[in-house]
Amino acid sequence: MPKIENEIRQFLVENFILGDEVDKMGFDESLLENGVIDSTGVLEVVFFVEDKFQIEIDTEEVLPENFDTINRLAAYIRRKQE
Amino acid sequence: MCGIAGKINLRQGQPINSKLIYRMLDTIHHRGPDENGVYTNNQIGLGSARLSIIDLVSGKQPISNEDNTIWVVFNGEIYNYIELRSDLEAKGHVFRTQSDTEVLVHLYEERPSDWLLQLNGQFAIALWDQREQALILARDRMGIRPLYYTAKDNYLLFASEVKSLFAHPGIEPEIDPTSLAQIFTFWSTLGSRSSFRNIRSVPPGHFAVIKKGKIIINRYWQLDMTLNRDVPKSLDEAAEELRWLLSDSIRLRLRSDVPVGSYLSGGLDSSTITALASQQAKTRLKTFSIAFGDKLFDETQHQIRTNEYLDIDNRTIHATLEDIGAAFPQVIAHTETPILRTAPAPMFLLSKMVHENDFKVVLTGEGADEILGGYDIFKEAKIRRFWARQPDSELRPRLLERLYPYLSTTTFSKAYLKNFFKKNLENTNDTFYSHRLRWQNTARCMNFLSPEIKSEIKGYDPLAELAETLPAEFNNWEAFAQAQYLEVTVFLSGYLLSSQGDRMGMAHSVEGRYPFLDPRVVDFSVGLPANFKMSGLREKVVLKRAMRDILPYETVNRHKQPYRAPIRSVFFGKKSPAYVKENLSPKKIDETGYFNAKAVSGLSKKCNSTGRVSETEEMALVGILSAQLLNSMWRS
Repeated sequence: MPKIENEIRQFLVENFILGDEVDKMGFDESLLENGVIDSTGVLEVVFFVEDKFQIEIDTEEVLPENFDTINRLAAYIRRKQE
Repeated sequence: MCGIAGKINLRQGQPINSKLIYRMLDTIHHRGPDENGVYTNNQIGLGSARLSIIDLVSGKQPISNEDNTIWVVFNGEIYNYIELRSDLEAKGHVFRTQSDTEVLVHLYEERPSDWLLQLNGQFAIALWDQREQALILARDRMGIRPLYYTAKDNYLLFASEVKSLFAHPGIEPEIDPTSLAQIFTFWSTLGSRSSFRNIRSVPPGHFAVIKKGKIIINRYWQLDMTLNRDVPKSLDEAAEELRWLLSDSIRLRLRSDVPVGSYLSGGLDSSTITALASQQAKTRLKTFSIAFGDKLFDETQHQIRTNEYLDIDNRTIHATLEDIGAAFPQVIAHTETPILRTAPAPMFLLSKMVHENDFKVVLTGEGADEILGGYDIFKEAKIRRFWARQPDSELRPRLLERLYPYLSTTTFSKAYLKNFFKKNLENTNDTFYSHRLRWQNTARCMNFLSPEIKSEIKGYDPLAELAETLPAEFNNWEAFAQAQYLEVTVFLSGYLLSSQGDRMGMAHSVEGRYPFLDPRVVDFSVGLPANFKMSGLREKVVLKRAMRDILPYETVNRHKQPYRAPIRSVFFGKKSPAYVKENLSPKKIDETGYFNAKAVSGLSKKCNSTGRVSETEEMALVGILSAQLLNSMWRS
């Protein structure tokens, strides 16, 4: 798996998921529907992504199609970095 | 470990009277109860009150070189003394003892220009060079061990603690209003300032040369936060190297001729030290912990978890409100400075228990939060920068709720958040961006100062003084590194290692050893990229990675709990200690003259009520009470 996806997964695992649930987290699973993150949690992800990947995210871009799975988020980051 | 004291004539004068030196040592007997030693001649008197830890038989101080032209007394430990001694012996130096103290005189002879940089240790040294007719007073890099001095026209006195200087009839104790302004802003004084007028401290990483009547202060080490380009590229590699460095640091700090224990709070830092030490200890390690009745402060369940997991023998002291209240005046007698929190008091009780268990030495985890980025203030600064990129965002400031959950609970809190944390929000180039809010908030304690004291410090700006001391390269460092620098140089050196560290340990003849402050660990850690220290809002990631296979999962991943102790409930309520009412009474406040009696009465009334008392008001309460106690101690 490419680096960005792994970085995001590592961040989520270390910050939001406890115990056995770690193994269950897939790259295309919904973070909100599976209860991985809540509304402030999304903000924490935005914070992490800006900090880690040196991009700035507009509030309007914090949408499910950009943020709800690891793969979508990684694709979004790549678009922003271009 | 020891206490040291001495006197030097700045002009031709009377030979030094050894009785004075012994009197000075008597005041710091708690630092070195095992034996006293004094050397005097026409110019100099050096005294040592020794706590015997290394070379119990022949390590008596003062110690001289082969021809008695160099004499030294020192407080502390030189952990790499075995390696240094071996090098020095190879160069022809002859040793008479097995102590680490003797290394100092030969090392000074061998490498006079950079001898202090060779030392891996914690120390306050007084070295007399007969040939040069010079006294050198030196302190370790981080300021783990204290060293004060005061100069009159004809003489200079030095000592491990201020009270020792007051043993001389010519030295008057008087709290310095400028020091109060600094303490009521930063929690500690800055640089060479002590809490008392005309009494200076040798700053950490500095040495003073007293020669021909002149006192010259020199820096021999500077904390350099520059990113190290040679550090490991991956987090895993960095974690492995950090773990090795910490283990080696602990190996050196287990060098002792008496048993070494470990403090255990239940947090990551002390658990790390405990785990790595227990891997190396020859016998089952013993840990010492504090428990509180109030769950807000208590970490007992985490201590038990770590102890069980590592199979450690533990002793716990239960710090009750009454215990903290009863100990507080003694605590202030040892801190020798006003303080804004009660947290040193349980440390005082803890070292008492350590002493009663016949231990003289403990490992302890201070420094990790500073060098590896563990504090909430680092997170707060990151979030505010995040918010400042879109200052009109309603969403971004909500991340502060992760740090301060109370902010999400009431409408009042949300308004407070906006008003408080938005101050100076967009001025991200501010030198003190990370700390200005906190310091300005703490400085509200100065509202309680009396008109006379306010008038005396009118126009004085503690932050401007701090700005002048910053190294030239400060503005080139990453924002995270800048915040770390301020925490290390102001909070760690000035408060944690002093009021909460050395003083509380030595009050009961207990020496703290700090594996995270080994120069190699410090240099490595501060040079790491910021995201190895804090990723998102996850703190000390490199340490967590280093310890994840050694400590329990929940110890590594638990939310960091700052070490704190109760305040208002200690001093007010049914069991309020008698000294509280007495020292906060208008009569006593007016007598002392530092504070505004009316304002203090208002604060007392508020603390006695059932209403909410703010954190700043609690800090002011402790600050006022401790200053009052300190003043009355010396006056009586």
